[in-house]
Amino acid sequence: MLSNSDLQKLYRDMVKIKFVEETLIKPINDKLFKCPVHLYSGQEAVAVGVCAALTTNDYVFSTHRSHGHYLAKGGDLKAMLAEIYGKEAGCSRGRGGSMHLYAPEVGFCGSAPIVAGTISLALGGALASSIRNDNRVTVCFFGDGAVGEGVLYESLNFAALKKLPVIFACENNLYSTHLPIRECRISEDVYRIAEPFGIRTSKIDGNDVLSVYISAQKAVEACRYGDGPEFIEFKTYRMRGHVGPDDNIQGTHTDIRPRSEVENWSREDPVSKFKRYLIKNSIFQTFELNEIDAEIEQEIHEAHTYAQNNPFPTKSDLKKYVFKQ
Amino acid sequence: MSSNNRKLQYSLAINEALKQKMALDESVFLIGQGVKSPWYVGNTAKDLLELYGNARVIDTPVSENAMTGAAVGAAIVGMRPIVVHPRMDFMLYAFDPIINQAANWSYMSGGKSNVPVVIWGIVNRGGEQAAQHSQALHGLFNHIPGLKIVMPATPYDAKGLMVAAIEDDNPVIYIDDRWLYEVEEDVPEESFTIPIGKAAVRKLGNDVTIIGISYMAHLTLLLANELENDNIHCAVIDVRTLKPLDIETIFESVKKTGRVVVTDVGWLTGGVAGDISAVITENCFKYLKAPVMRVTLPDCPAPSSGVLEEAYYPTKDDIKRVINQVIHYK
Repeated sequence: MLSNSDLQKLYRDMVKIKFVEETLIKPINDKLFKCPVHLYSGQEAVAVGVCAALTTNDYVFSTHRSHGHYLAKGGDLKAMLAEIYGKEAGCSRGRGGSMHLYAPEVGFCGSAPIVAGTISLALGGALASSIRNDNRVTVCFFGDGAVGEGVLYESLNFAALKKLPVIFACENNLYSTHLPIRECRISEDVYRIAEPFGIRTSKIDGNDVLSVYISAQKAVEACRYGDGPEFIEFKTYRMRGHVGPDDNIQGTHTDIRPRSEVENWSREDPVSKFKRYLIKNSIFQTFELNEIDAEIEQEIHEAHTYAQNNPFPTKSDLKKYVFKQ
Repeated sequence: MSSNNRKLQYSLAINEALKQKMALDESVFLIGQGVKSPWYVGNTAKDLLELYGNARVIDTPVSENAMTGAAVGAAIVGMRPIVVHPRMDFMLYAFDPIINQAANWSYMSGGKSNVPVVIWGIVNRGGEQAAQHSQALHGLFNHIPGLKIVMPATPYDAKGLMVAAIEDDNPVIYIDDRWLYEVEEDVPEESFTIPIGKAAVRKLGNDVTIIGISYMAHLTLLLANELENDNIHCAVIDVRTLKPLDIETIFESVKKTGRVVVTDVGWLTGGVAGDISAVITENCFKYLKAPVMRVTLPDCPAPSSGVLEEAYYPTKDDIKRVINQVIHYK
């Protein structure tokens, strides 16, 4: 069972992600950096609920929409913001940007925007664990768009065949960039794709952090006992554009989602929902949670200042890191 | 080098490198289609399954993309995998993990993460196998920053470069050629490395420098020895590592001879021979007495019919013709 301090941690981590994403909108609009940023707003419960079930030793591989996964796994906030601003102090020293975050020191193995590209890498993380017998679990986050890529099916087959300790965590936000899921596949339910491979699979409300946590916890336990892999589809919705705050590209609004749909989902905002839950069940009082909000706002403000004041990489270091020396 | 030299075939030299590295380092494992089957990988994986078990010698379903990605992912978390593609044509399915992921990984992470993986592709030229079973695709990989590429032409190098590739902290594309599998020479029994990035001068000579890649280095050396009878003295350089290219060794020879022929197992256009030619022209122009010439495959897919194959693969006579052009160029 989750203690009050566990619940507070879940709340803190979600608020942190939500606030970080929202504070990026102004610098994006002010063109303080040009690096493409895929905001995680609206999906906070998935990253936080899943990562709460992991230890620092476990591995996570992520996608283009990686801020939430990085922070939930314990990645350093200042280093992430410095990376987005293109600074030497960034978690990838300004070479990767928002889509290439790394924090191997906390088991965040890396993120990359080639759709489904990190799924097979996560398979390898789990394969390494099975060879070493090190009891780690690997989580592979990907979106519903990745379900159209063949490498996912190759990976499902091999993971099942070798009983690898890997969790396929599909965040179904109903859009593959601009294209609604009904135009990508005949069913909105993704989770059944794992069935023919003999993989345990389920569909979870991805905007309810407790449901996410409980499902992840069970999957992690199964993987640790040699009963992996597992597939979980988290139903969720992104509240911002595919890239940037609202998909405004050169003055053209490209987010074609119906306004009513966005408004309906905004009532399902996972952070507000969880806040209401904590207050309604008298776990925390409103003022206590507001205090947490204020603390986190301050921390993020300081992190932006740190990132903005940090130096850029030097041009003479352009080719540094092509190879590990 | 050693008192324990004995004749060893090229394929068994690879096998010995794998055996020795797997014995020394538990993070080394072999994964790929056909590692249990000599039909796929010749003698290269002989005894490995018996010695190291199926946890570290992993024969896989036909899923090149995911299996290569799995090797890359395992390397990211600290293993030293070798992923084999018994016909490198099938490696094209794995361009994403090789190029987008492995090659870029160190750079994208600002050096925070690296990928010590060996991606091993076997070239299966000839045998009337046609266009999708015979391709030498090193030129495609040569274009990509972040990859190292080795192509051994001798049993000694096949062993030493495999050991070096496994020990390297970066992704190394190791490409061998079935036409070399039965070549024999003295190879030390103990484990040793050939430094990645060092070419070998196979023969000295003052008339012309022949730069060879993989099987063409082998063929060129045979020819160069014959040409001594015609009083033509060729210097022969076996490139061994395509990337990083050992330009110093090449320049040293070119400055002496002023005449160069580059022989490659790949195609002409956009190929490695052209790239080596450009590097020479840019750096040694004032020493050149003739244009740098290339001997490569024609810009044509591999045919099946044996007669067409004879026209397709360059022979010693083809190289000799070009050497004569270069020597007599005024």
